[in-house]
Amino acid sequence: MAGETSKVVDLTGKMVLDPVPLADWLVVAPVAIPIVAGAIFLMLRHETKLHGWLALVALTATLGANIGLLARVMENGPLVMTMGRWLPPFGISFTADTLGASMSLVATLVAAACGVYSVIDIGRVGRRYGFYAFMLMMMAGVNGAFLTGDIFNLYVWFEVFLISSFGLLVLGSEHRQLDGATKYAILNLVGTMLFLTATAFVYGIFGTLNMADIARSVDGARDTAPLMTLSVLYLLAFGMKAAAFPVNFWLPASYHTPRLVTAALFGGVLTKVGIYALLRVMVMLFPPELERLSVLVAWVAGATMILGTIGALAQTDLRRLLGFIVISGVGVMLAGLALGSAEGLSGTIFYAFHSMIAMTALYLLAGMMKGLGGSYSLAKLGGLYVGYPLLAAMALILILAAAGLPPASGLWPKVMLVRASLDAGAPWLAFAILATGFLTTLALGRVFILTIWRPSPAGEMPEVEPYPTGKAYMALGVLILPILVMGLYPDPFIKVAGEATAGILDASGYIQSVFPQGGGE
Amino acid sequence: MEAVLSITVGIFFAVGIYLILSKHIIRILLGVTIFGNAVNLTIFTAGRVVREVPPIIPEELDVPASITANPLPQALILTAIVISFSFFAFLLVLAFRAYQELGTDDTDGMRVAEPEREELPPLGY
Repeated sequence: MAGETSKVVDLTGKMVLDPVPLADWLVVAPVAIPIVAGAIFLMLRHETKLHGWLALVALTATLGANIGLLARVMENGPLVMTMGRWLPPFGISFTADTLGASMSLVATLVAAACGVYSVIDIGRVGRRYGFYAFMLMMMAGVNGAFLTGDIFNLYVWFEVFLISSFGLLVLGSEHRQLDGATKYAILNLVGTMLFLTATAFVYGIFGTLNMADIARSVDGARDTAPLMTLSVLYLLAFGMKAAAFPVNFWLPASYHTPRLVTAALFGGVLTKVGIYALLRVMVMLFPPELERLSVLVAWVAGATMILGTIGALAQTDLRRLLGFIVISGVGVMLAGLALGSAEGLSGTIFYAFHSMIAMTALYLLAGMMKGLGGSYSLAKLGGLYVGYPLLAAMALILILAAAGLPPASGLWPKVMLVRASLDAGAPWLAFAILATGFLTTLALGRVFILTIWRPSPAGEMPEVEPYPTGKAYMALGVLILPILVMGLYPDPFIKVAGEATAGILDASGYIQSVFPQGGGE
Repeated sequence: MEAVLSITVGIFFAVGIYLILSKHIIRILLGVTIFGNAVNLTIFTAGRVVREVPPIIPEELDVPASITANPLPQALILTAIVISFSFFAFLLVLAFRAYQELGTDDTDGMRVAEPEREELPPLGY
């Protein structure tokens, strides 16, 4: 074969020839920084003293990139960066719209708080076994899932954070952990495989996997393609990831077994990736199918909410109790998805912000209670008010947040969801949301009474190992501040959630950004 | 060709799901693998089965001379195979460790994370 080609191939129209503007690299930064940091942690396995600081630096850098990205997206509309310079749909696009960028920002904030807390929770052995490498790789996967514009890529990012979460889950190799991880691993794997099956059919029908491309061609295929089957498959797969009612039992089996900070990160972030994927796929790609499924989704939402809180009421172990509270929060978010209206979806997105932060904070609070009271068992804890009034105050704020009471963050999204369900003529859904709030108040209020108000059952405070209270308060403070801001000054958050909703309800901006020439429709 | 592949996919799904419903972890794992292969074959079939000609454009032409095989499903399947293989390796080790530590591979007997008789939460103060 001759070395030189005789033809000059014209690449304009097939490839991106302009260099990517420097600021647009922000789209991949929330994924690239954690990946690079994770690789560095693997190289520095033995330098365990450096790990804590390096993790904070990496997470702060990611947080900064996320803030920049969200600011740019809010200002200029969705941002796109195409890999390999092939024009979409052939090149894989990273597409950040308001929904993806804001979810990624909140997830990274939560991870940063967990990074602060991990200094307490993860000892030298945990670091040697790669806690920080796994954690940052997981955040790379989560952020990648939020920011990718390609549905197969979404699957790959799901797998990236899934395998890292396996690593985090078994860190320590206790019996409980092996047991919980087995169930978590197998059920989540089945969930992602269902997701891949549905993606195979998407490719078969549309011949493309780019979400913007699917969104613009879906209307043409509606008469001939089995889209209902597809949407049900997606609903099942993402419902499994989000721990919606009939497929939620892996969560209480596994979330209480790992290190506390791992549980906090999982409880805050992972189920919300499922909710995000549901919003992205069901609302943006298959809205008429979602409308026809809305009764089913509403039933699932109601059952998830109520059964989650009832499960929480029956628990003695603080962490298992919180696992059930996570599940009931997923139900509240699904309620907005079932309504499908702009206000309902905004409520869902706002609730997702709130839930990520509040759930992680509650887990960290449980960790503090264990550190100061010596146990996770509600029967053994008690009398924490003596000596730790700040802890009691923080616990009260978090309980109000999770129950959806003022002045904390849970109130406004619940108000939006209740109003949306009343507007949509589904008073029973509004009732379910309010009943969930009531039952959550009962479950968590009982935690407050038993652990903080009640005198210590042992008579006096148990002897515990010295616990770095200051660092724990710092980690909790990082999360309580946004909770209070969201509760007292919700306007900017409602605005972001509203814009995110507008972006998925009318995908033309999203499509336009991926296909600038002749896109739009 | 599609019909044969579709039937194969159906059989794979059935076998995979049947094994996943089993009580023993090792059978569940085999089921997961077969399930994964069923999904891979689904992608392959969904990408249209055409003549086995590699998608290479001759030097003097702009488009391929004949209908070629679709390379994209193969790239997708390759990705999926790599991922599911690594997962399977991890799950095998996990199952083996669980068997070593817990002394059983029967999921009904694995009650460490969720003990059978849990204590009730305190009922009074």
